[in-house]
Amino acid sequence: MIKVKNLTKTYVRNKALDDISFSLDEGDILGFLGPNGAGKSTTMNIITGYLSSDSGTVEIDGIDILEDPAGVKKKIGYLPEIPPLYNDMTVQGYLEFMFKLKKVKLPMKEHISKICDMVSISDVKSRIIKHLSKGYHQRVGLAQALLGDPPVLILDEPTVGLDPRQIIEIRKLIRNLGKKHTIILSSHLLSEVQAVCDKIIIINNGKIVTSGRTEELTATGKATNRIELVIEGRKQNVYSILNSIDGVTKVIEHEEREKGCFEYVIESSRDVRRPVFRAFAKTDYNILSMKPVSVSLEDTYLDIISGKTEGVNDNVRNI
Amino acid sequence: MSAIFKRELRSYFNSPVGYAVLAVFMFFSGIFFWVQCLYVGTSNMSTVFQSMFFIVLFVIPLITMRLFAEDKKQKTEQALLTAPVSIPGIVFSKFLSALVMFSLCLCSYIIEGIALSFMTHPDWSVIIGNIFGMALLGSAFCAIGIFISSLTESVIVAAITSFAINALISLLDTIASTVPIDAVKNFISSLSFQTRYGHFALGLFSLSDIVYFVSIAFIFLFLTDRVIERKRWA
Repeated sequence: MIKVKNLTKTYVRNKALDDISFSLDEGDILGFLGPNGAGKSTTMNIITGYLSSDSGTVEIDGIDILEDPAGVKKKIGYLPEIPPLYNDMTVQGYLEFMFKLKKVKLPMKEHISKICDMVSISDVKSRIIKHLSKGYHQRVGLAQALLGDPPVLILDEPTVGLDPRQIIEIRKLIRNLGKKHTIILSSHLLSEVQAVCDKIIIINNGKIVTSGRTEELTATGKATNRIELVIEGRKQNVYSILNSIDGVTKVIEHEEREKGCFEYVIESSRDVRRPVFRAFAKTDYNILSMKPVSVSLEDTYLDIISGKTEGVNDNVRNI
Repeated sequence: MSAIFKRELRSYFNSPVGYAVLAVFMFFSGIFFWVQCLYVGTSNMSTVFQSMFFIVLFVIPLITMRLFAEDKKQKTEQALLTAPVSIPGIVFSKFLSALVMFSLCLCSYIIEGIALSFMTHPDWSVIIGNIFGMALLGSAFCAIGIFISSLTESVIVAAITSFAINALISLLDTIASTVPIDAVKNFISSLSFQTRYGHFALGLFSLSDIVYFVSIAFIFLFLTDRVIERKRWA
């Protein structure tokens, strides 16, 4: 449905995108993750035809954006980072304007009414946009993206400014929309991407750092390779026992938890829970707790963008 | 395209701008009409049109200032540029809305003509010719204003700059008078809006004046299109 090949974009001297490629099938929901200035919005702006790339191609449903920009734009509903709202118009007036601007061929009143119900803005339809709260602005922006039921939806941080209840509603809505639409969304909230998206691309400094299906990326978290322990006994001795265990790469000592009991976090190249247990069973030192630390996608993400994960570029693959 | 045109035209009256422009234009037009026609007792409205030239100079930047600048500021240009509408289509729709807004101002001349017709026989050919001439002048001013508006995010900067540029082009004949070489003087003077519009005010219809104003409008609309297109590649 969406094919992006070798996109490159340079702003003056700053390379915003460097050889970005990915493809999505119909019904996929892709989450774009990355720190500020990573290139998420630039990629989205190029796909929607707002910006042009220096090189590379964008194809939506087999149509190249350079060959038939209007044809591609008709297939995309776009919610930019700042919703493009005319503050002097009423919600109904604005949506009617966008409906006509997008040359939608559906019965106008019914269609707008259906979309307003979907994003829960029916109660403010007759109000002037500038008098609405940020949450409503975001939802009106989402409503205009949905006009005409475009097969592709591109949503740049769709839940910004919403309250927790609305966030849950909008996520649910996006998941439902994903059954019929192909969606790309960007978010700073990793939990949101995890909750909503089938696929994830992590982008940093204009390059794809890693990409894959959400469950794959979550599974690559080193859940059993980091263990949190509370051990009773002399700190120095415990430390040397832990270090002597085969596979342990790093031992970090933390504060005293109870009298004579210290907390340690060990990192290892493999699962060392059993060797640790056996090593201490032979001594007088007691393990009071042992807990594998779950590395969430957030940790993986932070590791990746701060360059801590070695060989991150090896992970790059087309999804 | 018609959606953008209607929205822009409506937005003049969603804010005080449209009413203010109409009020200023009609106020001065009324004053000049009273002083130069009714008070002196003539049906010749040429002097009214000549005097209104400078009011037009001031009013049109108010009409065009927000056309692109505000879209950039509010980020609504993203909605326009990602919609299945061409950039020339967007530029032309906005230009047309500004021109129609200005044409509404010109209606005051018709009202004044009708007022005159109760007392005497006004020369309708002069009035209609002048309205036509002023619409041409307005289209050139509007195109320049739209071009300036596409260069900035600030409506105030857009208004002041377009006023300055319009005034400069309009006063080229005054500047030309300081040039010693006749050929250069005549050339610069021929570019002046005031010289060109003066012919209409006197009731002289010249194809070259029409072509001049239409060309200026076309050139600046084309430049606006280039500015927006270039931004996509920046």
